[in-house]
Amino acid sequence: MISVEHNLLHTGLTSVQGPLVFVRNVQDVGLYDRVEVIAPDDSVRAGRVVSIAAQNAVVEIFQGTDGLSLSETRLRFLAEPVQLAVGPGMLGRVYDGVGQPMDGGPPIAAERKLRVDGSAINPVRRDVPREFIETGVSSVDAMNVLVRGQKLPIFSGSGLSHDRLASNIARFAKLRGAKQQDFAIVFAAIGVTFDTAEHFRREMDEFGALQRIALFLNLASDPSAERLLTPRVALTAAEYLAFEEGRHVLVILTDITNYCEALREVSSSHGEIPSRKGYPGYMYSDLATLYERAGRIRGREGSITQVPILTMPNDDITHPVADLSGYITEGQIVLDRDLDRRGVFPPVALLPSLSRLMSKGSGKGMTDEDHPALASQLYSSYAQAQHLKVLSSVVGEEGLSKSDRALLQFGERMENDFLNQGDVRRTLEDTFEIGWRLLAALPNEVLVRLSDQQIEQHLASFRHGG
Amino acid sequence: MNEAEVFWINGPVLKAQPVGSMQMKEAVFVGEQRLAGEVIRLDANSVTVQVFEDTTGLKPGSLVQASGLPLAAELGPGMLGCMFDGIQRPLTGIAQIAGDFFDTGVNVAPLDREHRWEFQPSLKPGAVVNEGQTLGLVPESADMSHRVLIPPGVNGKLEWITDAGDYAIEDTLARVRTREELVDVAMLRRWPIRKTRPCARRLSLQAPLLTGQRAIDTFFPIAKGGAASLPGGFGTGKTVLLQTVAKWSDADVIVYIGCGERGNEMADVLDEFPRLEDPRSGRMLMERTVLIANTSNMPVAAREASIYTGMTIAEYFRDQGFHVALFADSISRWAEALREISGRLEELPAEEGYPAYLPTRLAEFFERSGRVQTLNGTEASLTVVGTVSPPGGDFSEPVTAHTRRYVKSFLALDRARAQARFYPAIHPLQSYSGYLEQTERWWQQRGALQWGAFTKRMLELLEEQARLEKMVKIVGRDALPPSQRLVLVCADIVVQSLLRQSAFSEADRFCSAEKQTEMLKVIELFLQQADRAVQSGVDPDTLTGLPITRRIQRMGEDIGNDNLEALALLMHDIHDVFSELAPSFPEAGDDAA
Ligand SMILES: Nc1ncnc2c1ncn2[C@@H]1O[C@H](COP(=O)(O)OP(=O)(O)OP(=O)(O)O)[C@@H](O)[C@H]1O
Ligand SMILES: [Mg+2]
Repeated sequence: MISVEHNLLHTGLTSVQGPLVFVRNVQDVGLYDRVEVIAPDDSVRAGRVVSIAAQNAVVEIFQGTDGLSLSETRLRFLAEPVQLAVGPGMLGRVYDGVGQPMDGGPPIAAERKLRVDGSAINPVRRDVPREFIETGVSSVDAMNVLVRGQKLPIFSGSGLSHDRLASNIARFAKLRGAKQQDFAIVFAAIGVTFDTAEHFRREMDEFGALQRIALFLNLASDPSAERLLTPRVALTAAEYLAFEEGRHVLVILTDITNYCEALREVSSSHGEIPSRKGYPGYMYSDLATLYERAGRIRGREGSITQVPILTMPNDDITHPVADLSGYITEGQIVLDRDLDRRGVFPPVALLPSLSRLMSKGSGKGMTDEDHPALASQLYSSYAQAQHLKVLSSVVGEEGLSKSDRALLQFGERMENDFLNQGDVRRTLEDTFEIGWRLLAALPNEVLVRLSDQQIEQHLASFRHGG
Repeated sequence: MNEAEVFWINGPVLKAQPVGSMQMKEAVFVGEQRLAGEVIRLDANSVTVQVFEDTTGLKPGSLVQASGLPLAAELGPGMLGCMFDGIQRPLTGIAQIAGDFFDTGVNVAPLDREHRWEFQPSLKPGAVVNEGQTLGLVPESADMSHRVLIPPGVNGKLEWITDAGDYAIEDTLARVRTREELVDVAMLRRWPIRKTRPCARRLSLQAPLLTGQRAIDTFFPIAKGGAASLPGGFGTGKTVLLQTVAKWSDADVIVYIGCGERGNEMADVLDEFPRLEDPRSGRMLMERTVLIANTSNMPVAAREASIYTGMTIAEYFRDQGFHVALFADSISRWAEALREISGRLEELPAEEGYPAYLPTRLAEFFERSGRVQTLNGTEASLTVVGTVSPPGGDFSEPVTAHTRRYVKSFLALDRARAQARFYPAIHPLQSYSGYLEQTERWWQQRGALQWGAFTKRMLELLEEQARLEKMVKIVGRDALPPSQRLVLVCADIVVQSLLRQSAFSEADRFCSAEKQTEMLKVIELFLQQADRAVQSGVDPDTLTGLPITRRIQRMGEDIGNDNLEALALLMHDIHDVFSELAPSFPEAGDDAA
């Protein structure tokens, strides 16, 4: 038996499969320990131990196994987990998918190293997220309130304008009451094109926010196994910025679908029994270890708000990537291809969209006392309008009652006047006004979600005065 | 102590070579950090252990130490108002040591060893005692006395009992001479979490668990001691409904398990419950609640254990004669934990990768619910309600399908309703309750003689509505005769007034049994009057626009539990409106004349 010590180079590869390397005769290595892999051409790759059976270990190589050979590849087992060096000056920088600066600047003045897997926040130490973020987007502010510390993904489809919406939110978001320098953005590109990442960077540059952003880039051309690491290093940086430097951090992760595909690829190399559509059975728990890193902690200044983006294959919301995400996140903003085609921007499909923290961040003392009733009525009437639209396409508009026709028209105005706002930022007050105005055109009998007083107070002026 | 040496590690599961013997389900400690674990398989030369903590950095060669005892919960005073993880480690205690984030190897005992509780003995030395008998009381809060019982299996003579006074949970309070030995009795007990606690006998179910939710109490009741499941796709309102029921139901003790769900939801419970009062007893909700939180990002093996830990605690309170309700969110996450562990062991999967023993485990779990006569003869109950999260919202998947076999109330949440923000999104035609008969008797005893007939009629109306709506899609509403259009109008009113109930409306989040009874009367009256009006020639669609209709549809939120006269007034006004609408027809009482 070859005796191996830490930090000594180790050979003994028995097999290479996908991103996995099987090694024999290892000793004293721990589960998930970091591994450096020295390829035959002397380049160094990062990996980690993913399972151990007696003296055999399986190592996952983040940068892929292309060019490795059984005899000439050397491994260095390090007795530590995969970590990210964090310290002041992390913002305004560009990093690669494993968290190494790649902008030609100096290395990060590391204060310390944090495990990229993070640790779960003890639920008793969590603070309930409830501070309203004004995003300037009506369909979010009135209908799907985003609060600090929430995880609110965008469920999109390929080719839809999720990037534009995300960058608008990043630019418009007004963190009420926070000093402007407290806020930071962490952007993780996971298997997206260079264009997407560059476009976001440019927008932020024009907006003058580049110094508040940390970009982590795993591009479409980068190795897929690295995608498992990219959101983790980005979130580790976010945790440092939020909970140690006290900033309010907005984390944009795009595209989670690419992440999940990488997970599936690695899982299948392990020969694991797949669950739905070939994705591993533990994908829910795995995604939770990313999404649950959003939040607020009692007694700490900062917060992590996540806006992950995922593209639903075939626009299918029951696809495991969207489905499992929806089961973990605190709502979702769903984009709609039909609205997009009609030029509505942002093309938010209201009915399937949801913010679960809406009741925390809206209402008296936060937005407006009647905000919840307004949203509830808009939802209810819009749902009715959608239903009538289908009905009228069959039986014709003549078959509809007067109030039904009013509802139909309301549905159209919801899309054209309320949802559609282009790249213009709307204040919450403007958004509310549009909402009340549209409701004023409906007869009271369909306004069951509003009290008499709310009808009197908010709708009367539109109905009489003009 | 027996030991084993680790040689195989895969995520939360490891295999080790034993020296000496270990038992199935035995609690073990792993490695230098003493990570908590449990034996889940025994083979000739290896034991398989599931580890309840993060195994990062664990190495082959580490030692597994046997504890000699099965994985157990600690039971005694001091659980109410606390939050534990899946293996009952107190989360506040852990935070005191590890800080805001979890760390491994932090071992804190579930119950406080130092705290001194007031003990009031109820027995005298020399008494003949039997298992389950109350030895004394420990007032845990203003209105809640914890009963210290003679442990199961202990029968004999009370040799000695301590005086009233303050004691720690490990202090010996009494000694019982049994046929075999002298048994010391303290407040602290241990019970294997996977083993059902004994009772004298199981009783048939009788009363409903009053949840304050009309859709449940009036339409699909859950009996005290019954089992219910609440399936629904993501965002359909399972958690909100479960938490609402946990808040307002008339149980004495609540065990709420966040099994593989969100951290913020548990923080929310911790934030809200201490500020809410039980509408019946006036005591703070937190004082009757035990919380178990093993969120989605916490170790999966502990998630698997969490529902048993919660169940054991619930049974412990049941044995004291309380009506206990256990809520688990979500059974699917538990099943997935089971699947993940099973997958790591490379067991042969049955449906969708779930192990073949999934149905058995589900059956065992739900069977621990029930109404019982406890060992000391009192009547008590344990109601179990679990949410189910079917992938893609498809109810035919294994966890939803199997759970359905073991529960009698099935409250199906519907995506379309949730999307229109119609809450609770319970689908009245897909849901059912097998407890209608028992609860009908209960309501009748309380004077609501027509309860069964009313609810049956409502459900028929909703079925008729579904059928007619299909027709409307083809022929248009105008083509329907007035009697059928009336059905549509009435059904809509039932839906809007009875089924719709916001969990966030202060007046409506909880609806008392009295208010429900009155509301039913309002609806019944409306249906009756509307029927007559239409028969006398009134167009049903004009009813929709009446201000009175709007008042009926909003009565839940506009009229509070303490203002039932307003419902009487509403009925009065309904009479007035209809006698004006259709003045010619005779009043109900005039028929005989
Ligand atoms: N009874 C209710 N009253 C008012 N609002 C509700 C009610 N039920 C649900 N909601 C709204 O719907 C949202 C989603 O509900 P909830 O979190 O309970 O869904 P869920 O079924 O538990 O989803 P998941 O399976 O993803 O956990 C809530 O955040 C709330 O805004
Ligand atoms: Mg839920």
